[in-house]
Amino acid sequence: MTQPKTHRFDTLSLHAGAVPDPTTGARATPIYQSASFVFPDSDHAAALFNMERAGHVYSRISNPTVAVFEERIAALEGGVGAIATASGQAALHLAIVTLLGTGQHIVASRSLYGGSHNLLDYTLPRFGIETTFVDARDLDAWRAAIRPNTRLLFGETLGNPGLEVLDIPRVAALAHEHGLPLLVDSTFTTPYLVQPFAHGADLVFHSATKFLSGHGVVIGGVVVDSGRFDWDAGPARGKFPTLSEPYRGFHDMVFTEESTTGAFLLRARREGIRDFGACMAPFTAFQILQGMETLPLRMAKHVANAQRVASFLAAHPFVESVGYPDLPSHPDHALAARLLPRGSGAVFSFSIKGTRAQGRKLIESLTLFSHLANVGDAKSLVIHPASTTHFRMSAEDLRRAGIGEGTIRLSVGLEDPDDLIEDLSRALHAAGKTKP
Amino acid sequence: MHLTVAGHDTYVYTGGRALVPGQPSILFVHGAAHDHSVWALQSRYFAYHGSNVLAVDLPGHGRSAGAPLPSVEAIADWLVALLDAAEVPAAAVVGHSMGSLASLEFAARAAGRVRKVALLGPSVPMPVSEALLDAARRDDHVAFELINGWSHSTPRQLGGNQVPGMWMTGAAMRLLERSPPGVLFADLAACHAYAAGLDAAAKVACPALLVLGERDLMAPARNAQALVTALRDVRVVTLRGAGHALMAEQPDAVLDALRTFVQQ
Repeated sequence: MTQPKTHRFDTLSLHAGAVPDPTTGARATPIYQSASFVFPDSDHAAALFNMERAGHVYSRISNPTVAVFEERIAALEGGVGAIATASGQAALHLAIVTLLGTGQHIVASRSLYGGSHNLLDYTLPRFGIETTFVDARDLDAWRAAIRPNTRLLFGETLGNPGLEVLDIPRVAALAHEHGLPLLVDSTFTTPYLVQPFAHGADLVFHSATKFLSGHGVVIGGVVVDSGRFDWDAGPARGKFPTLSEPYRGFHDMVFTEESTTGAFLLRARREGIRDFGACMAPFTAFQILQGMETLPLRMAKHVANAQRVASFLAAHPFVESVGYPDLPSHPDHALAARLLPRGSGAVFSFSIKGTRAQGRKLIESLTLFSHLANVGDAKSLVIHPASTTHFRMSAEDLRRAGIGEGTIRLSVGLEDPDDLIEDLSRALHAAGKTKP
Repeated sequence: MHLTVAGHDTYVYTGGRALVPGQPSILFVHGAAHDHSVWALQSRYFAYHGSNVLAVDLPGHGRSAGAPLPSVEAIADWLVALLDAAEVPAAAVVGHSMGSLASLEFAARAAGRVRKVALLGPSVPMPVSEALLDAARRDDHVAFELINGWSHSTPRQLGGNQVPGMWMTGAAMRLLERSPPGVLFADLAACHAYAAGLDAAAKVACPALLVLGERDLMAPARNAQALVTALRDVRVVTLRGAGHALMAEQPDAVLDALRTFVQQ
């Protein structure tokens, strides 16, 4: 039988969205560093503004370089399209405000990046959007938290920092049963390790600052739409008026009628990016694209290194525990094997059999691991979550998120794994000799 | 807007504008397992430039109820009923792929109702490979994959969408996946069985436009040559480099071809 024509992941990582520049023939995606774009004539201008023709008007709304990045990540995720944003945080905000307004509610995993937790727990309530946090592993808790005004379920593919593996198929099924979409933060995994849409998620966002770019020189984000969720049918009918009812801000457009599969992205671009303005700069998109060209190669190496380092730590006498799903000791090991067959990424935490002071000594004794607040760099990174990324959380919330005083988070880079292990070995030795 | 056509609730996208009595009307007819949204850009343009737009969801497609119609002839008759329900005496008719066959047949059967007819990606006959028909018969996802692979030109398989941020083949796949079980097979079988295309073409009295994709694998441009011969008043626009997904691959070129033809 004739085989369907499709391009594979590695090819899409290099080519998706990009065409040789029609004017110059440039093979690399040019940086279209232009705020706006000349209209051929007045009729064309009006048609662009009214979505009668496709194209670029103003780089806050869209830009040719940024559009290549958007297409590429949509292709890799298996979605219909994407919108790039100024940061991952802006991507999360864009997804939420496109769907929710005052008086509405989110159910979210408790194991979130600190920035996401800040937005949901402290900031959005000021705008009338409440969040109930639940144990990512407890499906009954997810179910019990859903209210009549709930409009979104949200979790991370790998929780932060405990690496709880989100059971995307089960949480998505629960969401759909209630006519709700599931939004997934896939920053830690990238589409190389898991494509959440293939497991039932409806929206995905990334901090592109991390593994997608891989070089640690940009801040950027992106939200991708699967195009599968029907915002105006079944149990979802009536729940998403921002998409299914006339929008006064754009000629009473009904986005679900305008686009069967892209209604969310239409609204997000026509309102969220237009009005909130957290767009991505073209140079940022160019830099992320450079990173994405090697995404499959880097992620395979990240994972291989992380597995080596995690195994080393798990066997070290000064280490109390290692929270890495590829290890059999992790509670989600079986689920990870199913959802993340290529590995559970390169960010994980471990705890030492020591005090906070000894933990500090360990971090300060590392030479290859850089002590900073980021993950997903080509270089290895380390941080102490309780005093940095998650410092605003109460002791009880920290405990429930699996963060202890001695918890140390690593982002394993692309160095030779033997060098990384030697660095950790020296630092663990130094910490062990420090007075508790 | 919603109309009742042949006893079923029928969705018609009007380009964001209500119909205005007395304005010229333009009817858009989608292809197999598609819906009105494939015409989003073109239909919206006409709605904001002095035309009544009726971009239909055929029965069993998109937001329209009912079962998919069993033949191209049945779709043509249904289009007559649709115009009756919309109280539109006559329209320019634009059809893509299966919709082009239905538009052709409609123009032949109801000469007074069709001012002009534009056929995008037509092929007469429109044989469907046994492999594709068989996969569609089994509601096998492979059918969607085959169509998606054959419908987009090789360069567009890697993107380059004129609509910023949209992944063309991903969006096309999702639209196909939205079609209920059996719809794709019914549509393909109707295309495959339609044998009256050249007879219909000979009966068409109104001006006709053929918009062809130079790299169309689903309905190769050469398959339209017989139509060119059979139609009395015909012009042909071939879109360089385009595959079968003409409105997605080259939305502006399609719009420009339609503008020139319909508004002349």
